Amino acid sequence: MTKSLILSISFHLLMILLTILSLPFMLREPIDLPPIVSVELIQISDKTNIPYAPKARKVIDKVKEEEKRVVSEQAPPSPKEKEKPDRIPLPNEKKEEKKLVEKKQNPEEIKPEVRQSSEFEKKKIIDTNQIAALIDKAKEEAAETEKTTSKLTQSSVKDSFASGLTLSQEDALRAQIFGCWSVPLGLPYDGNLLVRIKLKLKKDGTVLKSEILDHERMNKPGQKFYKILAESALRAVRLCQPLKVPPTGYEKWKELQLNFNPTEMLKG
Amino acid sequence: MKKILLIVFIFFLKTNISHSLITIDITRGNLDPLPIAVSPLHVDPQSEKHKDIKIKELGEKVSEIIEKNFKSTGLFNPLKKNAFVQKPDIAHLKPRFEDWRLIKAQALVTGKMSIKDNKLKVEFRLWDLTASKEIIALAFTTTPTNWRRVAHIISDKIYERLTGEDGYFDTRIIYVAESGPKSARIKKLAIMDQDGANTKYLTLGNELVLTPRFNPANQLVTYLSYFRNLPRVYLLDIETGVQEVVGNFPGMTFAPRFSPDGKKIIMSFAKDGNSDIYTMNIENRVVEKITEHSSIDTSPSYSPDGKYICFNSDRSGLQQIYVMKSDGSDVKRITFGKGLYGTPVWSPRGDLIAFTKVRKGKFYIGVMRPDGSGERLLTENFYQEAPSWSPNGRVLIFYRETKSGPKGAGFTAKLWSIDITGYNERQIRTETDASDPSWSSLLSK
Repeated sequence: MTKSLILSISFHLLMILLTILSLPFMLREPIDLPPIVSVELIQISDKTNIPYAPKARKVIDKVKEEEKRVVSEQAPPSPKEKEKPDRIPLPNEKKEEKKLVEKKQNPEEIKPEVRQSSEFEKKKIIDTNQIAALIDKAKEEAAETEKTTSKLTQSSVKDSFASGLTLSQEDALRAQIFGCWSVPLGLPYDGNLLVRIKLKLKKDGTVLKSEILDHERMNKPGQKFYKILAESALRAVRLCQPLKVPPTGYEKWKELQLNFNPTEMLKG
Repeated sequence: MKKILLIVFIFFLKTNISHSLITIDITRGNLDPLPIAVSPLHVDPQSEKHKDIKIKELGEKVSEIIEKNFKSTGLFNPLKKNAFVQKPDIAHLKPRFEDWRLIKAQALVTGKMSIKDNKLKVEFRLWDLTASKEIIALAFTTTPTNWRRVAHIISDKIYERLTGEDGYFDTRIIYVAESGPKSARIKKLAIMDQDGANTKYLTLGNELVLTPRFNPANQLVTYLSYFRNLPRVYLLDIETGVQEVVGNFPGMTFAPRFSPDGKKIIMSFAKDGNSDIYTMNIENRVVEKITEHSSIDTSPSYSPDGKYICFNSDRSGLQQIYVMKSDGSDVKRITFGKGLYGTPVWSPRGDLIAFTKVRKGKFYIGVMRPDGSGERLLTENFYQEAPSWSPNGRVLIFYRETKSGPKGAGFTAKLWSIDITGYNERQIRTETDASDPSWSSLLSK
């Protein structure tokens, strides 16, 4: 009797778990899946892919040439390489260069095959290794930045995913508030300028209640600017009324949190 | 068993709810001027009957000055009065916010004036129209002749409340008033309010005067004048008119400036083609040598905390800006750009140094951080120099000369101001040609 009861309960639990976990996915409309949009956001670059007119082509070619020139200025060919074809290195010089090799590189890393190769080749190898090392470093850095950017986009995707506003809806709301917010100018450049405001909204997008989350900071000494900043944020919200909210899904967006932070803008 | 089930159910319900709060980051806003309505001041009907003082006129003038001050900052957009719906007296008691919002105002200034016992009383209120509430209310009592200063003080209070920064309206500017042809120019010391009103001349113009600077208490001015054809640093008390030579130097002294505490004057003293920086204590007249170098060291300016001095020197071959500790140690060059750098002035906020840069025959006024990074050139012209900071470190005032014709025709020198963002460049009206401006600190502090 007890066994069957336990079994029954555990199966029931499993079922409940499954339903709760899967319920939001089942409810979601297919249009609401935003990852494709986020990929587009990452790939925005300085140059467009749009096929350009012949006139524009000339301009672009010019720019490319200039870029090439800049590259050549930044990395001039090493003087050692120039010497190579002109004369055969003296034995003394060879020794010095060997020493150099030992200093610059970890000897264990040099493969025996490389050691057997000619002096000329060795030099080449040294250079290529150094360049490779540089490239690797660059790659690492690039990878790091990529990581951070991908993290950012992932989190933003997650947010919108969890929040129930699509990216375009969120962008519309953000753009609306950008336009209403007059940023006060007397702010310190190095202070913490984050103002978090929690809103309760009506169905038509008008604000029912607004609350500054770090309210106690307003009256702290040396934080006079914070009060003015918070007021400007509140003013922006009130000016923007009614907010551009989606016509459906009121339950999801009836409470909103806005994080105002002008730091980036001020550093410009 | 039931309890466990219930707990599990509640747990999942909670996690589901916590997901529902949407967070949106707002990282940009606009820097458009804030629309503000300055209502004419309501005049107390009983005070209107006063014989000597035309209070109604004063009321209009005060609101006009406030409006002008706001407009000059470039941060506010005062709305036209003919669009106002409500009368000043009612607005001052409790404005109908909807009416003001209708003309797109975000802030409203109202006020009331009255006269009691020959004293002028000015009240004002600042209203946040979007929040529908009063955010500041103050009253001032003063002699009626002081009405201009009251208008400036009110402007300062409102500016401070809306921008988070100290104002700079209740201040004065001292400058060199110039007249006559270029070859025989007459230069007098002149002082005026920040908006160009109340000009007074402090010297007669017999001797050439240059580079006047205020001390922090705004009572004393130090400047350069010629004595027996030799430039010397002078000290002048504005109120009493008493002036004296600073220090007992055998040669010429120039480029004077006060220390932030007002106790010392820092300047250059030149001898045998070499000039070094010296300080002199005003109280005990003790002179101290700060730099010791065979090059020309000049234009010293203290940091607001008094711990550092920036100056220019040609010790590297070209004129560049250097920073050192106030005792002369630890000298560091901070400018490495192409061109010549001169007249460094430390901002009262301490975060920037303003300078004049000359490159390829053009003059630039710019700012940079005290470590030399973040150089920004704000304005470019044929000839301009001598920047001076507003007391809040937001605006720079400088002078600009125009190119003269073959016989010196068409030559003018005028004062200009510019915001440190590089926007809002405007000319400041002066009675005569003007050069070498120096901005005082706030008079009411």
